[in-house]
Amino acid sequence: MGIVTLKVNGIEARVDESWTLLEALRFLGVEIPTLCHHDGLTPYGVCRLCMVEIEEKSGTKLVTSCLYPVKEGIVVKTHTDRVVKGRRMLVELMLARCPNSKTLQDLASKMGIENIRFKMKNEDCILCGLCVRLCKEQMMSGAIGFIGRGEKREVVTPFRTKSEICRNCGACMYVCPVVELPCRGYNPQGELCNSCLRVVPECADEYGQIMCYLESCGSCVKKGEMNELVKT
Amino acid sequence: MKKIKNREDLERVRKRIVKKSDPNKPCITISSGTCCRAYGCQKVTKAFITEIEKQEIRDKVEVKTTGCLGFCERGPIVVIYPKGIYYQRVTIEDVSEIVTETILNGKIIDRLLYIDPVSGKKFVNGEEISFYKKQMRVLLKNNWLIDPNKIEDYIINGGYTALSNALFKMTPEQIIDTIKRSGLRGRGGAGFPTGVKWENCRRANGDLKFIVCNADEGDPGAYMDRCILEGNPHSIIEGMIIGAYAIGSHEGYIYVRHEYPLAVKNLKIALNQAREYGLLGNNILNSGFDFDIKISIGGGVFVCGESTALIASIEGKIGEPRAKYIHTVEKGLWNKPTNLNNVETWANIPIIINKGSKWFSAIGTEKSKGTKIFSLVGKINNSGLVEVPMGITLKEIVYEIGGGVLNGKKFKAIQTGGPSGGCIPEKLLDLPVDFEKLKETGSMMGSGGMIVIDEETCVVDLAKYFLNFILDESCGKCIPCREGTGRLSEIVERITSGKAKIEDLKLLEELSHVVKDFSLCGLGQTAPNPVLSTINYFRDEWETHIKNKTCPALVCKELIQYYVDNGKCNGCGVCKNLCPQKAILGELKNPHSIVQDRCISCGICHENCKDNAIILSSPRGKN
Repeated sequence: MGIVTLKVNGIEARVDESWTLLEALRFLGVEIPTLCHHDGLTPYGVCRLCMVEIEEKSGTKLVTSCLYPVKEGIVVKTHTDRVVKGRRMLVELMLARCPNSKTLQDLASKMGIENIRFKMKNEDCILCGLCVRLCKEQMMSGAIGFIGRGEKREVVTPFRTKSEICRNCGACMYVCPVVELPCRGYNPQGELCNSCLRVVPECADEYGQIMCYLESCGSCVKKGEMNELVKT
Repeated sequence: MKKIKNREDLERVRKRIVKKSDPNKPCITISSGTCCRAYGCQKVTKAFITEIEKQEIRDKVEVKTTGCLGFCERGPIVVIYPKGIYYQRVTIEDVSEIVTETILNGKIIDRLLYIDPVSGKKFVNGEEISFYKKQMRVLLKNNWLIDPNKIEDYIINGGYTALSNALFKMTPEQIIDTIKRSGLRGRGGAGFPTGVKWENCRRANGDLKFIVCNADEGDPGAYMDRCILEGNPHSIIEGMIIGAYAIGSHEGYIYVRHEYPLAVKNLKIALNQAREYGLLGNNILNSGFDFDIKISIGGGVFVCGESTALIASIEGKIGEPRAKYIHTVEKGLWNKPTNLNNVETWANIPIIINKGSKWFSAIGTEKSKGTKIFSLVGKINNSGLVEVPMGITLKEIVYEIGGGVLNGKKFKAIQTGGPSGGCIPEKLLDLPVDFEKLKETGSMMGSGGMIVIDEETCVVDLAKYFLNFILDESCGKCIPCREGTGRLSEIVERITSGKAKIEDLKLLEELSHVVKDFSLCGLGQTAPNPVLSTINYFRDEWETHIKNKTCPALVCKELIQYYVDNGKCNGCGVCKNLCPQKAILGELKNPHSIVQDRCISCGICHENCKDNAIILSSPRGKN
């Protein structure tokens, strides 16, 4: 088992050479958003949120960290302008497709997306393929799969009828990143929620007390600090 | 047919075939590519055979069908050897005249000759026509001489000499070195050095290796690979055998799209003939080297031209690409080292082996060597396939080979690289064509499509066309390509229908850059190129669509309006009868008028009015 050295956001780190870049970054505590990744499944690389920038001699290039094997001496930047801008646009695109997903709404709030510039659709699925891979790789069933191409792509059982090999185990539902309903925010369903960004919770005297739906987003603390700034 | 046993036997067979054929015997060759078949060349061929039998001169004349001659504008083309008389647009009615006048009496029929539209000069010999004269036909040269269904024709023209030289005089390393030094780069679009790829594949671990020929050519308006597949399939087979020997592979695949039935048919015949001659299969020419080729037919998905999607398709999986951080030369087909090259790349191999790397690298620019076939189409006088040395300027291609823009209209731009490419405006026409220079302009070489557009083409409409093509052909696997191109198309649709705001243009650019940066495969990464390059060079045209709601080229249907010029209309009623919407009213011999609410801007009235009384205007709402 070899060890390779890489530079992540300016800090040198040593990681296992058999890892993917995403595994290494998460091991190092760098937060990388993903929707199609699951530790127990083969990486698929379709949500594109995990993309990071790698510096090369000829300039920088974007790579899919969930698929990219770590290499000796690579210089990684995880939150450059180009990456953050792209991630925001991707979440905006996904949210415009599935506005009723809590995961996507939370991601949007976390990234500070405050308006959606596309016409809202009302789909349920972002076609991340987690359910398809879980059913095949872990449940050894393969009861669902993709059909159609491009915009017509969807996840279905063969011939859209009840599959004979489906054991109703519910693993597909369990793994789905967008199936959760959103919390009730200011805006009606089907629009951007952003309630976490707007509310100033009473609990926000100290950072540790925050109990909002976002993990350590800190927006309420930020708002509290802003209020104090305004006062002084 | 007896198998060719060894190298000396091949030369004996070649000599025997040469001895049998008489170079002075009149030979009528009829171009029979797919385009000429659409013109009815098969009927012409039949007519020639019946005519010759009728005149009882079967022993004196040979009739041969060849592949595409490139000048598709003028098909079907008949060339009569040994003089090389070039007749164009030949119909069944001309056949008996050609046989009696030209073959028997040696007279030239004037009306079938090509007349240069610019100078008005007539040409007897095809090679002298300006369309061909400026070209450098290395790969396409044999298309004139070879019946693709006869291996003998290929052998007589020096076929399989490169193979016997490679097998008996060169080691695999020497072959790879020759290809590397020649500077040949992949002709599929990316331009990766072929020799380096071969070397990587040879070095890759694994006893079982595959080689693949990518013949899944899907760009709208591009058909150079089809022309080689149909007209000279043995050149690809020979190239592949040499490649397989160099890499150490014993199994090859040709992935052809099923929209090319003639190519598949000719390939199958060629493969069988090569096997019968012992040039393919076990112990090729007694060298101890085994290699065979299978044909895999695509299901009609554009993205299967992408190497990883193509490999998935051969394996019987859904044709979807994957990330290429582990290259196909290491893990490709069935996870074995796989070397994949384009049709044109394979066809170049025998030529490089025969003529040497020095000869090849003398052609072209510093980093792009050799010749490249482009399919020159669109609003141009001479459309067809052109093979030119790298480094030729776009101006030479458009004006000297292409004969300028159709109907004397003004040149606006040239679109290269198919749906992944971009538009190059008039000010950059002096640009030498090579991989790097085209990329600098925001376009790309691609597989070699060149579409000329004139002042009557709207760049926004063109970008919309390519965007919708990509949207239709996106596999839908990754989000930026599936959702992104959908939204791009939505915004462009808003612009062409006059509902957009100026912020939409900003959003369009922003989204385009994200799709370009974040997509999984080459299809998505290049999808916004038509949009970005047209915004780059024709920003005012995009802005006019948004701000003034006008289409300067008068193309975008929802921004234009047809009306009748009362002064010119003589009330003939032609437009009234043709209008599918019954939107034209008026009495006979009195000026007509168009009911705008019913009009769908189909333009039938405009096309059919003899007095040019139907006038187009943009924006809507005038008159």
